[in-house]
Amino acid sequence: MGKEKELVCICCPLGCRLKVFAEDGKTCVLGNHCKRGKEYAIKELFHPMRSLTTTVRVKGGAYPLVPVRTNREIPKEKIMECMKILKGMIVTAPVKTGDILIKDIAGTGSDIIASKDSGASFQDLDKML
Amino acid sequence: MEQYEIIIVGGGPAGLAAAAAAKREGVDRILILERDRELGGILNQCIHNGFGLHTFQEELTGPEYAARFIKQVQELKIEYWLETMVTDISPEREVTVVNSRRGVCILKADAVILAMGCRERPRGALNIPGFRPAGIYTAGTAQRLVNIEGQLPGKEVVILGSGDIGLIMARRMTLEGAHVQVVAELLPFSGGLKRNIVQCLDDYGIPLKLKHTVTAVRGKERLEGVTLSQVDENGRPIPGTEEEYVCDTLLLSVGLIPENELSKQAKVVLNPVTNGPVSDESFQTSTDGIFACGNVLHVHDLVDFVSQEAENAGKHAAAYVREGRGGQKDVRKAWEDCTIVCAGTGIRYTVPSFIDIQRVEKEIAIRFRVTAVFENCYVELLADGQLLTRKKVRVLTPGEMAEICLKSDEAEKYPNMSVLQIQIKEA
Repeated sequence: MGKEKELVCICCPLGCRLKVFAEDGKTCVLGNHCKRGKEYAIKELFHPMRSLTTTVRVKGGAYPLVPVRTNREIPKEKIMECMKILKGMIVTAPVKTGDILIKDIAGTGSDIIASKDSGASFQDLDKML
Repeated sequence: MEQYEIIIVGGGPAGLAAAAAAKREGVDRILILERDRELGGILNQCIHNGFGLHTFQEELTGPEYAARFIKQVQELKIEYWLETMVTDISPEREVTVVNSRRGVCILKADAVILAMGCRERPRGALNIPGFRPAGIYTAGTAQRLVNIEGQLPGKEVVILGSGDIGLIMARRMTLEGAHVQVVAELLPFSGGLKRNIVQCLDDYGIPLKLKHTVTAVRGKERLEGVTLSQVDENGRPIPGTEEEYVCDTLLLSVGLIPENELSKQAKVVLNPVTNGPVSDESFQTSTDGIFACGNVLHVHDLVDFVSQEAENAGKHAAAYVREGRGGQKDVRKAWEDCTIVCAGTGIRYTVPSFIDIQRVEKEIAIRFRVTAVFENCYVELLADGQLLTRKKVRVLTPGEMAEICLKSDEAEKYPNMSVLQIQIKEA
């Protein structure tokens, strides 16, 4: 049995409606107006990848959360598994942008890193007042 | 009265980029006024990625993008006051501010840059009938609750409006465990970016219902459900198409309005199409020495374009201060001798509205939005009816701001040009 999928291309504002088929190691893309669309459709059919951005609870920070992200794309189907891991997690301030909070989350090869500093009190931030 | 060369109202992406640019042009006494507890503006709650592709050639999250500009401002030793509200700006550029340390004080500026951003269109502007139960939020408020305060506003969600914030929140609420049932959009197309429709709705199987709106809201204390109806080509609900949804949360993502209350106090003339100040090629408003940039001027889709625009506004404000204009010139009178930029067929608005051809150095970018979707068309620039330049474009949509450049050597051929028209021509 082959694989097929219908999708909308996101490579440019044109938003071509694509149809992609695969059978016996051969692929076929319909509806694309350019090469980028073809590559996008094939990638989406076999291994769609996404970045994940969310928040993690933080103790002792100026705010209750610190925003985090994956440092490289992860397989789309791993997103909810990663969310489950991150939901149960609490980190302690200070946290610096780029700090690795989890290495190789859910076996994806991607690390979860902080995307903002947390822990600086607001008195420090506005000492210039 | 304390005196500054440039006062910038707002410490979001526009204010930060304008301040850094003005300082690099040699202006020394600059002050940024920010009402929040930290710099960065709305970027602080936009934790998703996709920012900075144009500026830094990498995909950053909102806080990371803001941090790059905050760092510049700090390295340039630009003064900023946090938790400070501006309550008035006079046409003479006296800025009334209030914060808990100084109380109320009045500051005087040679130039003011307006960078207050925009706000969300609220429920009141939509005329949705029904009670006023808890559970109805603008998408941006929900974004702040989820991403900053750590509170999930509800579990069963309907979203009205398919602007980018609504789409982003559909995904965000889903990741946090809520069930987003549907996104309804009044128009026959979404105003959001394609990428967001695919990655925020399609990825999670959330249906997008075009030509639909909310026609009833149920529940008294807490939202219990909404009715969606299909609309006709005039946006009127079609009887018999009602569908009931049981939900505890309704998010509204139905447009952004530039935040111009202070501009009005400074007698700045607003453009009824953009709800932002009418401006010239130097980003000066109709009040002498008051400049505007970013979402307060017109709502942008990409922060990269806000930063670019603000940098230009900062440079022009610096030049204004350097020239020691600082007086009280009648800008509207001066504009009478300028070229008027006119929105022709297919164009909804342009920024700027006026150009002093003599002051164009190399080229100036005219930014615009179109009225409908155009494919394989030309964007044309006409000088008093004569074709000046044109460029072919694959696709233009109302949701994506576009620009065309007027080069000084082309403009110089028409030194007395009174009308510069932009129009769309089908190829």
